[in-house]
Amino acid sequence: MQGLASYIIRRLLWAPVILLAVSLVTFGLGRFGPGDPIQILQGQYRDPEVRERIADELGYNDNFFVQYGRYMKNFVTGDLGTSLTYRGLPVEDVIFPRLWVTLQYNLVALVLIFAIGLPAGIWAALRQGTWTDPVIISFFLFFASVPVLVSIPILQWLFALKLGWLPSGGWEVREFFGVEIGLLNKRAILPVIILTLPGIAGVARYMRAQVLEVLSEDYVRTARAKGLAEFTVVSRHIARNALLPLATIMGFALVGLLAGSIFLETLLGIPGIGSYAFEAVFNRDYDSIMAIVLITSAAFVAANLLVDITYAFIDPRIRLGGELGR
Amino acid sequence: MAYQAASGTLEAEDVTPRPSFLVLRRLARKRLAVVGLVVIVTIYLAGILAPLVAPHGFADTDFANTFAGPSLEHPLGTDRLGRDMLSRVIWASQTTVIISAAVILTGGLALGVTLGLLAGYAGGRLDNLIMRVADAFFGLPDILLLLLITATIRPRVEDFFDKFNGWPILGGLNDAGLPDYFLIFGALSLFGWVGMARIVRSQVLSLRETDYVMAARAAGARTPRVLFLHLLPNVSNIVIVAVTFSLGAIAGTEIALTWLGIGIQPPHPSFGVMIFDGSGLTNLRAHPMLMLVPAVVVAALLFSFNLLGDALNDVLNPHRR
Repeated sequence: MQGLASYIIRRLLWAPVILLAVSLVTFGLGRFGPGDPIQILQGQYRDPEVRERIADELGYNDNFFVQYGRYMKNFVTGDLGTSLTYRGLPVEDVIFPRLWVTLQYNLVALVLIFAIGLPAGIWAALRQGTWTDPVIISFFLFFASVPVLVSIPILQWLFALKLGWLPSGGWEVREFFGVEIGLLNKRAILPVIILTLPGIAGVARYMRAQVLEVLSEDYVRTARAKGLAEFTVVSRHIARNALLPLATIMGFALVGLLAGSIFLETLLGIPGIGSYAFEAVFNRDYDSIMAIVLITSAAFVAANLLVDITYAFIDPRIRLGGELGR
Repeated sequence: MAYQAASGTLEAEDVTPRPSFLVLRRLARKRLAVVGLVVIVTIYLAGILAPLVAPHGFADTDFANTFAGPSLEHPLGTDRLGRDMLSRVIWASQTTVIISAAVILTGGLALGVTLGLLAGYAGGRLDNLIMRVADAFFGLPDILLLLLITATIRPRVEDFFDKFNGWPILGGLNDAGLPDYFLIFGALSLFGWVGMARIVRSQVLSLRETDYVMAARAAGARTPRVLFLHLLPNVSNIVIVAVTFSLGAIAGTEIALTWLGIGIQPPHPSFGVMIFDGSGLTNLRAHPMLMLVPAVVVAALLFSFNLLGDALNDVLNPHRR
């Protein structure tokens, strides 16, 4: 267990370093890139004196590292800066409600992806060598191959215009015990479908590979040999052991979905974090961009860490690796 | 060759760089993969030979003939400016080919494979450093960062290339949209190496303990020789599979960036621009061809890469399945 503890500590120490590097690069891109948020703020009315005053007020005239230090100090204390897109509003007041919107339909999509992908993968693996296996995998692979940019307008056209079943976009919330929930609305169906379809293939493929690996294990043969029902063999002996490594990709899958939300939310007009990221970049809304990038990469780093630590628990070779060979 | 054939008869299992015809024969047995390969080769060839194959230029307008349906003159119809859709698809394929080839060569192969080999073989500090940098890149929301990079750096790159305006060759390339290609290629390469480096490293970790590596080192081979002559051939199977998958992914990302308006700029054709132009609901209702033509080609290309990658994975790494 000695090795494990030091492995976890080593990995934990790296996380802030990575985040610091990410923040510095993002901050630099914003500050040194062209495009001027004040120009966008001023609109058509341009007065160099006013410009100077705003720049002074926002601290854009200070040294780069002073600005960066100030931002990070505030960030750590929970002050994410001021949004320029929604003038004067603190970034945290804009971001967190939007993050909640995105999280809602992303979580539903994630559950659906696994609910469909896992059985599909198991089924494909058990039918290896027959025509069913490639057909299942190719079927889901096809949906994974259609870019969301293409699937969104087509699904909008199909469900909203042709069939008239669903609204073509937007987001409506209802309040339950003070929490705004948008899922119990027809408008949430289209984004969930759009996110779920391309995601299934990845899970199904991964699960198929895992099951194939487990299938050749001795304990599966033993289970069959002692006459257990096929369902018991599959659910208790095969699926359970194949699922173990799969549980660790859940975190990545969620963060991956978040990245895909940029297009979805921009096209469907959903007030989530994705559409906000898009607006923020084009408005040169530095503080908002920083906050979004840092929150997403923190989530990614955390997911990564969780995966590595889980693997280290399962497989002792990993935590000892690197030192063994040298 | 003779050596390989001889050892192949003795121990077929252990010869890792199999004679390539064997791989091709196994691949040929997978019908879906063959169809995929044909689709990819067709689209790539059309792209490479665009100046010869395309019946019209990508910017040739014909205002008397806008939104035309399929005809002999325009097999896939024309768009709102009367530009021939078939020609635009072919020229857009060229953009895809240029970008994906450039990114895979620099980002995936040059950077990714080298760093992966180095990290896996050297281990210790260097490995840690490379993999943590990879983690940082991996942790970044790539589309968002690409958005930020291309949006903020574009004017700088354009200014830089503007200096060459009027120069004999570079000036012409400038008009051909070189800054756009350069920008997209640079931004994608920056992220393109991470996946490849991780895959190669994980493989090298186990390969470096093998007898032949030890033998090579005992015989006094220096690190570069071990890396590129002994380890590289043994990870090439995995690299081929990864390249196949990444080519599709790069094409998809370029299309997404161009769609957002920060990639290849009009009038230079890209599937991203074409899909964007055709995807308004009004257009989709009145002229579905505008959207469907580029969409079908893109979907077919990405689907083919996925199918081929899967099949290659089966053929080249049978033990991993």
